[in-house]
Amino acid sequence: MATLNIVNKSPFEKRSLDQCLARINEGDALLLIEDATVVAASGTAYTEQLTSAGKSGALYVLQPDLEARGFADKPLVDGFNAVDYKGFVALAAEYDRVHSWL
Amino acid sequence: MKFAILVNEGPYQHQASDSAYQFATAALESGHEVSRVFFYHDGVNNGSRLTTPPQDDRHIQKRWSALAADKNVDLVLCVAACQRRGMVDDGERDRNKKDATNIAEGFRISGLGQLIEAGIEADRLITFGD
Repeated sequence: MATLNIVNKSPFEKRSLDQCLARINEGDALLLIEDATVVAASGTAYTEQLTSAGKSGALYVLQPDLEARGFADKPLVDGFNAVDYKGFVALAAEYDRVHSWL
Repeated sequence: MKFAILVNEGPYQHQASDSAYQFATAALESGHEVSRVFFYHDGVNNGSRLTTPPQDDRHIQKRWSALAADKNVDLVLCVAACQRRGMVDDGERDRNKKDATNIAEGFRISGLGQLIEAGIEADRLITFGD
């Protein structure tokens, strides 16, 4: 049973990404949406931690939200895949469970 | 696949109402079913027909109402959250002796049981909120 974990707040504002990363299981996926997308861009204090998380589970970022925040041209952290809303839906269908870290 | 959606945040606050709507339309366009959207906490404010955003802004309530009319999506507002926030339909107006109603087309007020049922009946329940 693999879980799609959704985080929607920047870790510079809220602890939900840290809480998620501390509990995520091997084979689970992480999807960053809304304000959380900012750390998918390489060069933040979270780059190293996310790179290491990407070795045990898939990493996704919602491209429209990344673009809305002006990060479209920035290189992504290694291991991240950009998806659109249809990609988001496909992930929610693909994984057995979906958990939003609010 | 059958999706149900939970919206816990009011419109024009952060992004939950927009993300939930974009997810719902993308799911429908991908051939999935969206059985119900349940609005809880400040999320019930999505269902006020008295909202008048600027003309060049998106009209979040009308977008939801169109989804109900065109795609048969069940839009349910939590009754306890509605009572706290002054969201009133005909039944609640009579029951609580109010002088007006403000629920938009396509929305209905009901209880938390509708959320539990949506979670049981759908293959996935996706939560959007603060």
